[in-house]
Parts: sequence; structure tokens; C-alpha cells
Amino acid sequence: MASEQQLSAIKGAKVLMVGAGGIGCELLKTLALSGFRDIHIIDMDTIEVSNLNRQFLFRQSHVGQSKAKVARDAVLRFRPHISITPYHANVKDSDFNVEFFKQFNVVLNGLDNLDARRHVNRLCLAGNVPLIESGTTGFLGQVTVHIKGKTECYECQPKPAPKSYPVCTITSTPSKFIHCIVWAKDLLFAKLFGDRNQANDLNVRSSDAANSSEQAEDVFEHRNNEDIEQYGRRIYDHVFGYNIEVALSNEETWKNRNKPKPIYSRDVLPAELNQQNGNAENKLVTDDPSSVSAMASLGLKNPQDIWSVTENSRIFLEALKLFYEKREKEIGNLTFDKDDQLAVEFVTAAANIRAASFGIPLHSLFEAKGIAGNIVHAVATTNAIIAGLIVIEAIKVLQNGTNNYRMTYCLEHPSKKMLLMPVEPFEPNKSCYVCSETPLLLEVNTHHSKLRDFVEKIVKAKLGMSFPLIMHGSSLLYEVGDDLDESMVANYAANLEKVLSELPSPVTNGTILTVEDLQQEFSCNINVKHREEFDEEKEPDGMVLSGWTQPPEKAKDIDVSIDNGNGVSTLKASQAVSVEAEEIDNIEVMSTETAAKKRKISDMSESSEISNRKVEDVDDDGDEIVMLDDDSADCIKKRRVH
Amino acid sequence: MDGEELTEQETALYDRQIRVWGADAQRRLSKSHVLVSGLKGTVAEFCKNIVLAGVGSLTLIDDRPVTEDALTANFLIPPDENLYSGKTLADICCDSLKEFNPMVRVSVEKGDFSNFDGDFFEKFDVVVVSCCSLTAKKTINEKCRKLSKRVAFYTVDCRDSCGELFVDLKNYTYSKKKLDETIECQIQYPSFEEAIAVPWKSLPRRMSKLYFAMRVIERFEEAEGHTPGQTSIEDLPKILKLRKEVCEAQSVNESLIPDSLLERLVAGTSEFPPVCAIIGGILGQEVIKAISGKGDPLKNFFLFDAVDGKGVIEDISNPNNGS
Repeated sequence: MASEQQLSAIKGAKVLMVGAGGIGCELLKTLALSGFRDIHIIDMDTIEVSNLNRQFLFRQSHVGQSKAKVARDAVLRFRPHISITPYHANVKDSDFNVEFFKQFNVVLNGLDNLDARRHVNRLCLAGNVPLIESGTTGFLGQVTVHIKGKTECYECQPKPAPKSYPVCTITSTPSKFIHCIVWAKDLLFAKLFGDRNQANDLNVRSSDAANSSEQAEDVFEHRNNEDIEQYGRRIYDHVFGYNIEVALSNEETWKNRNKPKPIYSRDVLPAELNQQNGNAENKLVTDDPSSVSAMASLGLKNPQDIWSVTENSRIFLEALKLFYEKREKEIGNLTFDKDDQLAVEFVTAAANIRAASFGIPLHSLFEAKGIAGNIVHAVATTNAIIAGLIVIEAIKVLQNGTNNYRMTYCLEHPSKKMLLMPVEPFEPNKSCYVCSETPLLLEVNTHHSKLRDFVEKIVKAKLGMSFPLIMHGSSLLYEVGDDLDESMVANYAANLEKVLSELPSPVTNGTILTVEDLQQEFSCNINVKHREEFDEEKEPDGMVLSGWTQPPEKAKDIDVSIDNGNGVSTLKASQAVSVEAEEIDNIEVMSTETAAKKRKISDMSESSEISNRKVEDVDDDGDEIVMLDDDSADCIKKRRVH
Repeated sequence: MDGEELTEQETALYDRQIRVWGADAQRRLSKSHVLVSGLKGTVAEFCKNIVLAGVGSLTLIDDRPVTEDALTANFLIPPDENLYSGKTLADICCDSLKEFNPMVRVSVEKGDFSNFDGDFFEKFDVVVVSCCSLTAKKTINEKCRKLSKRVAFYTVDCRDSCGELFVDLKNYTYSKKKLDETIECQIQYPSFEEAIAVPWKSLPRRMSKLYFAMRVIERFEEAEGHTPGQTSIEDLPKILKLRKEVCEAQSVNESLIPDSLLERLVAGTSEFPPVCAIIGGILGQEVIKAISGKGDPLKNFFLFDAVDGKGVIEDISNPNNGS
């Protein structure tokens, strides 16, 4: 029971919740029951069926509606006289500036991606508003408290970089199922159904093949009047047969690796397939694009089944056919969406056939969907526990005087008899570039790297700034904004294409750049150091940012330390996210420097960590997704020089 | 156990949790029957969790009328007297719980269930009791244990900002995968009566004090014939006296149970909603584990105190009993 003092602090508090999903629903309910009377809640999402197993404020009839609004309505039903203000919006919107944040006594995050968390962290620091962070995945969860000057900020401990894979692993030498998924989703699916103008590594091989890229283009193009069945088999044979044969021709690659087997449709599926597909009973009555399904068409009902190569091949061809027959208009514009049944079927089938070729175990559609869609596994109970812990900390925060804040970890397996483990928060990291204004160091070849590279790969991706402003002394090199006049916009556009040393205010060895994001009210200095050479494999960006060090080990009883929502670099909001799969019992927060740096990953609106939870054997790394970035082609070219 | 596949509706709804515990476990959940009594805040939380998880059925027992007091930590009760007057706690919670998952059968059972016979309890796979006397706990526990079928038995009680869970799975065997092999595990649980009979002296010194404090209050309420809600700060002097007696009988120092702790537990007549969520969540997880046969169940007490923030598992069983 809350004490008198606590109750009065609660009654007068104005609280902001960011996120009305799994944690959000539980949190809003508990806040309301605990006596909070003025709650604001931001969430940009709408309700989906898969939310209903845990986001209990929502009903089937609410699917498609705003989470923030429905959550509010549901809670008002048992606490009609409190004030809940919903915002169906993205917390990164400029409306939610520092002034907005300053009106709250405490901010409670129930987010699922790193990008938004960093953003909120910076605004809370700028506004000096206490922030309580949290995250859950399956049975694991944690709550952390961040108070400027007193504790670490959310970014004091660099979050682990997501796992990424060298392009060659994806295109030529996959060894895990996840590699096949990435290939199927980001290469094949993208090539066949996505933007034709996008560069695509599909035919890139580890050796310089004789095939010219023009020939490759022809292969994937659906020719006029070409029978879809024919087209499907042609694609099938090309990617699973021909491409493999070509790869095999390079002996070097396979010296120490198992050789893949080419697979041709004629061997797997004799012509009788046509008859099966012609079975009218299996065809769907409706032309509703969202219900089109190869599984339904072929009578494969159970998404948990692991299909044979033959079945996968049937699905592959049937899915391709259905895209052309029922969803032709979308072809050329499609991006993979985990809720697009046909896309999931296609990617599953393609990944499985490739896996079969390379001797990698096949997976069910259910599993493949989870990997390809970066699905976070989630249950109501963990969210409820975490919500309770958040409110306990929030009440402490409101009572300014008490400095007994805690971080609490919710464990799946007890550690020292504890399922709920409290830990003292750490002091701010003195070399945190976010809250301690420590300058960073950038090693770069100032004659080769352009300002554009710096902006995209460092400022946006690594530093998490969305609308940056870059200054060299008093000279503005670049900025983003709505109210810039044309000449300035042109000036900045020109600057982007210049190499650093040739900018109007040249950036060379010893230069100090100031980078700011006005909305986040976050500013940071970067010392530039010129370096000639960069390792193509380890430093593919040709730039290395460093300078913030891991805080010294202060933890007393920590055996495990978890963090959820470890999205990664903040490149593109629309692309898939990377996930660090970690063992349940021994999870460590890794610094971005120690994490393997290979290729880049991009961020999506969801990110997750999927742990080893199934009793069945689960490929640890199988839960990581990688987006190949656009520059991968360039990197390949560089490597070919050897 | 299997046979029927999950329906398409179930697969879509339960997708995220199937990814946690698998389709088999989900199937088992959908065939399980849970009995719950004592619908205060924590149990309301538990019910929400178990309904969302997709059990086959949930039966509620609580004939107490809805009062304004009940509203404080129970979000299943609409605060409209017109709606709740004349109804029992079970009735009103039943209506709300049904909404969370139309695939779960939620119903009400009336009467003093500590008088029901074994046949009644045999219908269930899980029995959760709360807000009842020590005698009732023991009685129901025994009835469950007597059945040849394994009926998982739990008690849950939250006072002030503390919570205690007790688990009795009788003889529990389950398999789990360690590295590449599947190993069979077996755990023997003592009954509630056996557990609380374990001499305090034999328990580890660093144990959660909350356990002892709860036992004293439990004893007090039993002796006075109080229902859990009836004890208040006025009873503190008597309780402190009882503490002295009990500690002497157990040959332990009275300082084992701090005054302040007892005072908190006795003064806090309403539950603290964050603790309800936490305990209701832990209990939910345990019940799901027991039904699905997946995951290490806790043995056999779980104790939480918001003041130190530790959620601790204490194994209170007598090694001599083979438990």
C-alpha cells in the first residue's frame, strides 16, 4: 500500500508513457490502479491480431485502430475520472520537443526499438526529466532508471551492435538458415517483386564470373506472354541450379567448405505439378489479395510443418504464380512484410530450397516467418511483472528525496535464488558522448570520404541523429530543415558530394566538427584524424568512430545483464532490423567496438532479441536479420581487386 | 497429448507466445482447467494472464459481494454501483475476464469450496487459493494431493507491498533439453502443511524474513478466526506477542522478524497494485509451466518485497521427507 506521502506525490504527478503495446497496456492499467491521474501516452501503431495475446486492453473488434486511443478508452472504463491523453503519433515527431517533455515529472518508455529509445533519452536529458526504461523478450525483462547527473543515461553503456554478415556469405557461402532467409528476402524477393531499379547482389559471386550483368537482368524479367509456370521454373533453375553450378566452378571457394548441390525443378517436380495446381477445389474463391495463399492452394495447412524440398518447391512456384495472377499490380513495388502471407510463403520456400542445396536444415514457415519478420516472442506475464516494477520505480522518482532507485532484472532462471534481481544503478559514464559531452574521434580518409558518407554512416547511423546540423567552427557544412531557402539547400546538396578535405571549410586532420540535432537538443564534438588505409573487411565504411569507453565494472551482484530493443544503426526506418541473439544465462552488454563489425544493418520499427527458448533445437544465430546496404556492391568491387 | 492441431484462429492469436513455449505447450494449455478462489487484485491479475494464455477453462469462486474496497486494486470491476451491486466478486470478474479471450470458458462456482469433495477438485488441473484461512488452505491442499491425478496447487497472498506464493506439484516429472540431450527431471514437493512445519532453525540464515512474518500473521488470523481482510494495525500488539511465542517455540531470535515488517504487513489492508501485477505475473508463469510441462517450476515459495525489490525463491522442504 502506498504511504500518504507517496499517494500525494502520485496524485499530483504528470506522467508520459511512450508506447501502448505489450508493456504499455500493463503499465497504463497499473498506473491507473495505483492512483495516477494525469497520464499522456504516445504510440504510432495500430492494433493487430497478434497483439491480442498480451495487449489485453484491445479486442478483436479494435484491430486497425490506434493503440493509444483504445488503451485510453479501456482504462477509463475502470477509472473513469482520471485524465489520459493519447497521441497517435511517432514520438520522433517535432511536436514532441524538449518543451513538451519538460511538462512531465517522469517519462516511462515501453518501446521496442533502439532508435526511439535513444531519441527519448536525449530529450529527457535535455529537459532534465527522469526516464524509466524497460524491455521484455519472452520471459526476460528489465527496468532501468535514468536521472541526469545521478545515474547513467540510456546511452552510457553502448548497446551491442547487431550481427551482420559479409555479403559473400549471403550470396555465395551460406552456412546457416538465417543466411538463406536474408538471401531469399533481401535479394530474391526484392529482385522479383521489388523495385527493379535497386541495385541487387543476387548474381554477385565470390569470383569474377564471366556472366555480364546484362544477361543477369534478362533472367529475372518476366517476358511478355511467358507462361507463369515456365517463368517460375526458369527462375528456380537459374537461382538454385545454374547459379550454384557457376559458384561450384570456383574451386577456391570450396576448398574448406562443403560444396552445395545444384537443384533443378525438373528433378524435384516432374511436370505433373500442373495438374495439381489446376485443381479448382484448392483455389481460393475470393480474389481478395490479402487472403491469397500458396499453402491454401496446395492444401498445406500447418505452418509448423517442415516441408520437404518437393513441397517447398511447389510452394515456391505456386507463390510466384499467385503473385502474378492475383497481385500483378503490386509487382515492382513490394517490400517484404511479415504479415503478407504470400510473401512469407515465398521467402520460406526459397530459403528452404537454398538451405537444402547447402546442406543446411530446413525450417517451418512459422520459424522462417519469425526470422524473416524479426518477430519478438512475447507473453503477457513478463510485461505485467515489468509494469509493476516500473511503477514502483516511478513512485520513487516522484518522491525526489529518495535515492533508492534500482535497476531490476526479471530472469527466466533464478540467479542466487532470485527471479527478480535488483541492482544499484551506475553513475553516469564520464566518457559518454551523449550525457557527458565527451568528444569523439573519427578516423577517416579526408581525401576519399565524402560528407554524404559522414552524414549517413556516422551522424545518422552511429550517433542516432535524425535531423543533423554539422558545423566546422562557425561554418555550417550541412543541415536539414523545412525552412531553408533554395540556395542553402543547393549548397548543402553540393557539399554532400564533396570529399571532406575539399569542403568550403576544409575538414582535415585535427579538425573539430560539431554535430547537433536540434530536436533532440543534443550536441557532440568530433575530432577528425586523417588515416590513409582502411581494412575492407573490418572497416568497410572507411571510417572509424571511437572514443567512448565502457564504464568501469561497478556492478556488484550482476550475473546477467539484458537489454531489449537493441535495434541498430538508424539508417532506414523501413528496413529490417538486426538482432543480437544471446544465451539466456550469460548475457553481456557488449560495446560497439568489441562487437563484430562487418556489414551494415538498418533499423526498423521493431527490434528484438530472441533467446534460446524452444526445447527443440534452435539455431542461436538464426534469429539475426541483416539488411544488405546499398553499398555492398561497391564493397564487392573493392574486394575483387585482389 | 496432441492429436488436434491448433486452429487457424488460435495460431494467429497465440503466435507470439507459441514462439516462447511452442505449439505443443499451447495445445496443452487449451485443454487445461483452472480453479481460482479469492478474487482480490493479485488473483485478478493472475486470471487475466491465464485467460490470455488460452487455458481451456477458468472457474472462479468468491461469493463475497462487491464493495468499493474491492475496486482499489482490481481492474476487472467496473466502478459503477448499478453494475456491480447485488453481484458477487466472482460474478463480476467472470464477465470481464470473458472479454479477454473468447476461446476460454470462464464460469462461477458458488459455495464454500473447502467443503467440496475430491470429485470436485478432480475436474481441474490447477487450483489457486487466496484470501482464505490456514485451515482451508491445508484442507484443499490435502484434497488435491489425495487425487491420483496431479492437480497443481498454489496459494497466493499479498499484503502491503509484499507478496508470497506457494507451489505444490506433488511429484512432478518433466523433461528438458540440456545441450543436445533430453533429460528427465523429477521434483518432489511437500504439502503446504509439511512445508510450514519445517523447523525454522533448519532454514538458511539468509532467508527471506517475509516468510516468517507471513507465518506469524497467518497463525494470528487462524487463532482469532479473522479473515485476511479483518486484521489491522490495532492487532499489532497481539501479533508482536505471538511473534515472541512462536520464535521461542522455534528456538530462534525474535529479531528474525523485524517490527517494522510486521507493522507494514498488518497496516497495509489494501493491496499495492504494482505488487499485484508482479505476483500475478509470476504466478501466471508458474501455472503455465506446470500445465505445459515446460520450464523449471519454482520450488516452493516465492517471496517479494517492494522495499528491497528482490523476488526470491525459497525451498522450504524437509530433506528427510525426500522432498
